[in-house]
Amino acid sequence: MKPENSEKEILEGLAVNDRKSVERIYKDNFNMVQSLIINNNGSADDAKDVFQEAMIVLYEKARSGNFELNCQIKTFVYSVCRRLWLKRLQQQNRYSSPGDSMAEVVQVDDDLETHEQRNAEFDMMENAINHLGEPCKSLLEAFYLQKQNMQMIAAQFGYTNTDNAKNQKYKCLMRLKKIFFSQYKNGKSDG
Amino acid sequence: MDDIKLLDTVERYIRGEMKPDERLQFEQLRKSNSEVDQLVVEHTLFLQQINHFGERKTFRSSLNDIHTDLTEQGKIDSMKLKGKAKIVYLWKRYKRVTAIAASIAGITALAISALVVAVAPKNDGSNVKDLVHKVQDEVRGIKNDQEALKKDQKQIIDKINNDSKSVINTPIRYNGTGFLIDGKGYLITNAHVVKNSKNIYIQNNKGDQYKVKVVQLDISRDIAILKITDKNYKPTNGLPYGIKKSGIGLAEPIYTLGFPRNDEIVYGEGYLSAKTGYNGDTLSCQIAVAANPGNSGGPVLDQNGEIIGILSNKEINQEGAVFAIQSKYIYNAIEELKKDTSYRSVKVISNSSLKGMNKQQQVKKIQDYIFMVKGD
Repeated sequence: MKPENSEKEILEGLAVNDRKSVERIYKDNFNMVQSLIINNNGSADDAKDVFQEAMIVLYEKARSGNFELNCQIKTFVYSVCRRLWLKRLQQQNRYSSPGDSMAEVVQVDDDLETHEQRNAEFDMMENAINHLGEPCKSLLEAFYLQKQNMQMIAAQFGYTNTDNAKNQKYKCLMRLKKIFFSQYKNGKSDG
Repeated sequence: MDDIKLLDTVERYIRGEMKPDERLQFEQLRKSNSEVDQLVVEHTLFLQQINHFGERKTFRSSLNDIHTDLTEQGKIDSMKLKGKAKIVYLWKRYKRVTAIAASIAGITALAISALVVAVAPKNDGSNVKDLVHKVQDEVRGIKNDQEALKKDQKQIIDKINNDSKSVINTPIRYNGTGFLIDGKGYLITNAHVVKNSKNIYIQNNKGDQYKVKVVQLDISRDIAILKITDKNYKPTNGLPYGIKKSGIGLAEPIYTLGFPRNDEIVYGEGYLSAKTGYNGDTLSCQIAVAANPGNSGGPVLDQNGEIIGILSNKEINQEGAVFAIQSKYIYNAIEELKKDTSYRSVKVISNSSLKGMNKQQQVKKIQDYIFMVKGD
């Protein structure tokens, strides 16, 4: 099997959160990123944070349909981590130019821009869901995140029939959408 | 169609769960009804968002799982930063700070040595030396006079400024010594110095006088903690001496500072003669030093400038047998005091910054923190 093929397979696995593929990328790249961070004023915890954020970037990139990676996974992960870490250092006013252990670095500006947008959206949703309170939070999480069907939810939350559960879910959903979209529109107009 | 059903339908439509003919029907409705169309658009966006949210959450938790697993299996290095790695890490992290500190230190050292070279007099032989001595003596004499004058003036001003004039008029009956244990204005003295007094004042060698109150009185151990209540008192940061937690050895040299005379701080020197006090009292220790009434409550310090005790009393029939309360009981008294929440901030240091200095230098640094305790 050619290496490009295997990388492609790994990325396909990553896109569906296949454990083996994710583990493989993790194992192959983490130490490299960790030494990058630690050699540049960071701690082991910083390394974990930055690396996992880069993994999310790669994951979401892999999930989006129009995905192509025109470099090795290693190069991409390294480049993203490098940028993310530089940014954090700048925020803490501890800027230092990292001595690159890797010659090849690719442009990841666009990817990071998308990523930041997604971060903002993620925070909005998280915020909105946390605002709901119980039982709305658990009810909607069961339906939309864990993808349970209404029969299961009705039984689990103690509703006498699915119509009652649907009714409750509808009310909760309306609240969630209201909270989310009010932030979302604000966020858009700010941007 | 009610709202709940409509939304249900929209969700099924977005997910592609409709049969072809139903779908066609719904698309017709969408075209004809702009409200439904808008709902579809909006809800599509919402579902997309909540799906992203869910996916990322799931992915994050699997990342954390994997991280833990791989670390356990030793497939990735979990840098817990031990030994050399930690030093390298710390060095890297703080090298800039270190460099700045080092260069400041370097520049300061250079500047000081330059200054010393510039200011130091050239040695022209013995004649000059004598002369210098004389001049110095004269200068010292003048200085002393000036200082005495200043002190008098200050006392007069203080007296005028002092709101409670009664102090000056009431006869002073009790006299002792006390010393600061916390720059915020806490002092230690003997309980017997202050126990019968209503108004208590302290005064140091410079003539600064402050009103104090007793905040902790332990008659059995003969320790009192005073707090300066005077508005004029300016808290100082850090005291030169520390208070020793452990005892010292037999025959170790000690010295005392106190106000046995009414006007002037008096220095006394001696040694630890017994680790216990009168009749084997473990609360105190015996020291050989000249002590007189008025020395009570004063600090007993060792060579390093650490307070090892509070001078408390002496045996009447025996010359040179003086007893001091061991310093560790100062800590006990402070712990007692701290039980009152308003005194929780009282802090005592055990390290002295006087280590390695000779006695003159130590005394010079200490004397401003030693006070005459006066009560009526």
